[in-house]
Amino acid sequence: MLRVEHLSKSFGGVCASRDVSIDFPTGSLTAIIGPNGAGKTTFFNLISGHVRPDEGRVVFDGADIVGLSSLEVVRRGMARAFQVASLFPSLTVREALTAAVVSHRRGSARVFTRFPVAAAGRQADEIMDLMGLSPKAKVVSANLSHGDQKLLDIGLALAMDPKMLLLDEPTAGMGPEERWRMIGKVHSLWQVTGMTMLFIEHDMDIVFKIAQTIHVLKYGAVLAQGNPEEIRRNKDVIDAYLGTDHRLSETVGEA
Amino acid sequence: MRSGLLSPGLLRDVAFAIAALALLLVLPMAFPAPALRDFLIYFFAYGLLAMSLNLLVGLTGLVSFGHAAYFATGAYAFGLLMQTGRVSIPLAMLAAVGGTALVALVIGAICVRLKEIYFSFITLAFQMFIHSVIVTWVSLTGGDQGLRGGIPRPPILGLDLNDARVLYGACAAVFVLCILAMRQVSQSPFGYTLRMIRDNPARANFLGVDVTAMKLGIFVFAAAMASVGGLILALFVSGAYPEFAFWTTSGEAIFMIMLGGTTIFLGPLVGTLLLQTLNHFVTIYTEHHGLVLGTVILVIVLGLRRGLADVVYDWLQGRRTTRPNTPAGPTPEGAEPAPLPDGALKSRIV
Repeated sequence: MLRVEHLSKSFGGVCASRDVSIDFPTGSLTAIIGPNGAGKTTFFNLISGHVRPDEGRVVFDGADIVGLSSLEVVRRGMARAFQVASLFPSLTVREALTAAVVSHRRGSARVFTRFPVAAAGRQADEIMDLMGLSPKAKVVSANLSHGDQKLLDIGLALAMDPKMLLLDEPTAGMGPEERWRMIGKVHSLWQVTGMTMLFIEHDMDIVFKIAQTIHVLKYGAVLAQGNPEEIRRNKDVIDAYLGTDHRLSETVGEA
Repeated sequence: MRSGLLSPGLLRDVAFAIAALALLLVLPMAFPAPALRDFLIYFFAYGLLAMSLNLLVGLTGLVSFGHAAYFATGAYAFGLLMQTGRVSIPLAMLAAVGGTALVALVIGAICVRLKEIYFSFITLAFQMFIHSVIVTWVSLTGGDQGLRGGIPRPPILGLDLNDARVLYGACAAVFVLCILAMRQVSQSPFGYTLRMIRDNPARANFLGVDVTAMKLGIFVFAAAMASVGGLILALFVSGAYPEFAFWTTSGEAIFMIMLGGTTIFLGPLVGTLLLQTLNHFVTIYTEHHGLVLGTVILVIVLGLRRGLADVVYDWLQGRRTTRPNTPAGPTPEGAEPAPLPDGALKSRIV
């Protein structure tokens, strides 16, 4: 579905992405992990057309999408949700989702019909069911709880009928219990829709539990990739997360 | 599209519009002072200016400082066409509105690419440009003397617009029609797309909304509606003046919006009525009417911190929520259907 080849991007002297090549097969559920500042969000910005890479190719659904605007990328079927929920504060949940569906159906310029349009409203209702937001349909987005805001953020991306969904830290800022509920929802969403999904996550337990494949980024480069079992045992990854001190003590102990 | 035309929301608005028009037509019969008619025609003209500006400010989040440019363009285009003596009033109206829309399309294509304060200033710059053209192109526009020689009013379909009552009725009908058109636009999928852009343009873009094209669309529509206000005034005063295009006219329109409120659809009309009433009575009693107006505006801005209509609407909403058993009846006419959120949102432009 998505193949990234030799992707590089620097901001001033900082290399936020260096020679990243990853393949995301159709229908896969992949996690991107890495310490703070590893370039995870930059990676999302590069593939979703928000930031243009200095070098490399992003092949989505058979076509190179480097240089396309984020608008065109969305229209090709790659939608994203944001680390900090990016919503429409004055619209209710139902209004926001319906407006997003209308946009996806290229109906944004219609002036002779009344909002909400019935067909778009039905699809918005389906998304609300899927995300468990139905009881909040008439709540203004600004008044939603943090968890519901994140759910709505994903819901808005779903309104694009995406082939591929990018989730930037779906559990950011949540308590442990809320995290598991959220990630359960993400997992079931993947099972129900069969979409290709890619998410950034900090919580190792969550990543190891649900991801099929994990890619570890550090200083903008791919440090390791593999299934949860492989990553769990990977020395470099342990170093990156726990620091090198523990191994020092290990070697000292051995000597 | 057909199902949309039959939607209950539109039917309700049309019924409200018919009732409003009937009221406007009866009012001068009940109080047959010519001053009231004149007052109301001014209200129609400036009301359309303020309402159309609020499509940009309140609905889309585009603060235009140069909206009166299109008010003046409509007035001059209409006046000049009528002075040729070769076109009927409806045709001249359509041509003036269409011409203004074209001007706005060209200017808007440049303006809507800029954000926030830069957008405000470039709209102001274009307004001053249009003002200069009007003042300097004396052979066409009469310069700072204004469009003189009067604007003829040939009869339409047997209606003699030289009869002040007929003129009033025609202006009222055009006014109500335009308000209805603006209401439909604000309640259409397009209107909700504009709300998305106002709230979060970056996210709207990530949801496949062509933000620039949508902004340009509403810019042109708002300009066209403002031009109708301008041509009503031109028809009434039988002339057009450079002051129509001066920045103070845009400033007044912004005052009207601030006084009335941006969140309620008809808020700007409340502001127009307020400002005009103040203007009318204050000028009778004192020469220093600017001082009095400024004080009133200060009190409203500092005391209420939002428009009068917003305050009243919130108060009504508050009363409704304190009586939880009351079924949620239809929202007040012209009001946004969504209940206003508390706290954080009150200070922001919804």
